[in-house]
Amino acid sequence: MFAATSLTATFNDIKAAFQAAYPYITVTMSYGASSTLATNINNGAPSDVFASADNANMNRITTTGPPTRFARNRLEMIVQPGNPKGISTLADLANSGVLYVTAAAGVPIRTYADQALASAGVTVTPVSLEANVGAIVTKVTSGNADAGIVYRTDVINAGSSATGVLIPDANNVVAEYPIAVPSGSTHPTEANLFINFVLSTAGQNLLISRGFIGK
Amino acid sequence: MFAAVAVLFFALPLLGIVIRAPWGSVWDIITTTEVRQAVWLSLKCSLAATALSFVFGVPLAWVLAQTRFPGRGAVRALCTMSMVLPPVVGGVALFFALGRRGLVGQYLYSWFGFMLPFTTWGVIVAQTFVAMPFLVLTVEAALRQFDS
Repeated sequence: MFAATSLTATFNDIKAAFQAAYPYITVTMSYGASSTLATNINNGAPSDVFASADNANMNRITTTGPPTRFARNRLEMIVQPGNPKGISTLADLANSGVLYVTAAAGVPIRTYADQALASAGVTVTPVSLEANVGAIVTKVTSGNADAGIVYRTDVINAGSSATGVLIPDANNVVAEYPIAVPSGSTHPTEANLFINFVLSTAGQNLLISRGFIGK
Repeated sequence: MFAAVAVLFFALPLLGIVIRAPWGSVWDIITTTEVRQAVWLSLKCSLAATALSFVFGVPLAWVLAQTRFPGRGAVRALCTMSMVLPPVVGGVALFFALGRRGLVGQYLYSWFGFMLPFTTWGVIVAQTFVAMPFLVLTVEAALRQFDS
């Protein structure tokens, strides 16, 4: 089971619920940037289910059956608790003295963040390119970076370690999460059971309770 | 026989790189701005890290080789531990010590407005952290040889 980093908390919930319903199926989770996971799958890494944070990376692999959208997400700016640098708009990210961190090219959050910034006409120079969205969150919560653009679910997940700053709907992006069975899977039946669970009311409720928008 | 396997073990990956590298477009790749900047940055940082490792590592190696004091073994182990730390752990440890909220880093920031993360000096410090143990151990061994 390969899943995007932003799905970590939710898919841990889903794994627990799924294993309770199907005790004979063992689920092993691997989380990472969707771009890295797709590369690994293409290089032969064994994977039965791939849940990506964008369609572009899902399209890089061959799947058994077409991918299905199982969730959506919104972007939000993440800053240090209490928002000490007073960031309220996307343009503020470009203020001098604001250390803005984003992800490496190809990682879904980078693609989405750049879209949001472009729609607001804002150009920011990041001080670091991280491997995945979790690393962006860590840079901010550890106090080393001032701001980043992450998913709303990441801001919720960070709790009191960070403060979120909303991005206006006009500039915000809807992240689409597809799920599919990679063609190299050796357990397609079980994989489809898992996907059906994710798409079921139970699975969708777990996603929504963490801040995702349903399929 | 085992020695031959050992040589193959090191030769094969390097051979893999040589064979699979895109030699056709090598000149175009090398001359792009990003690659030139990256190579120049690597060169600068490696030279600086080597210099720092030398300036601080040689005296340390000398002390470890020539003097006896209680806890010398522990000091040697402490100073060379970064060789066995996984890179991610080493990176996190450096952040905890020298990051903007780090044990020492917080004072660097609040007193001087200076922070190591995301700067060239940060890279140099990290490289020194990883490379100095190699220098210390090698120099210490060589100094011991001088005595005997």
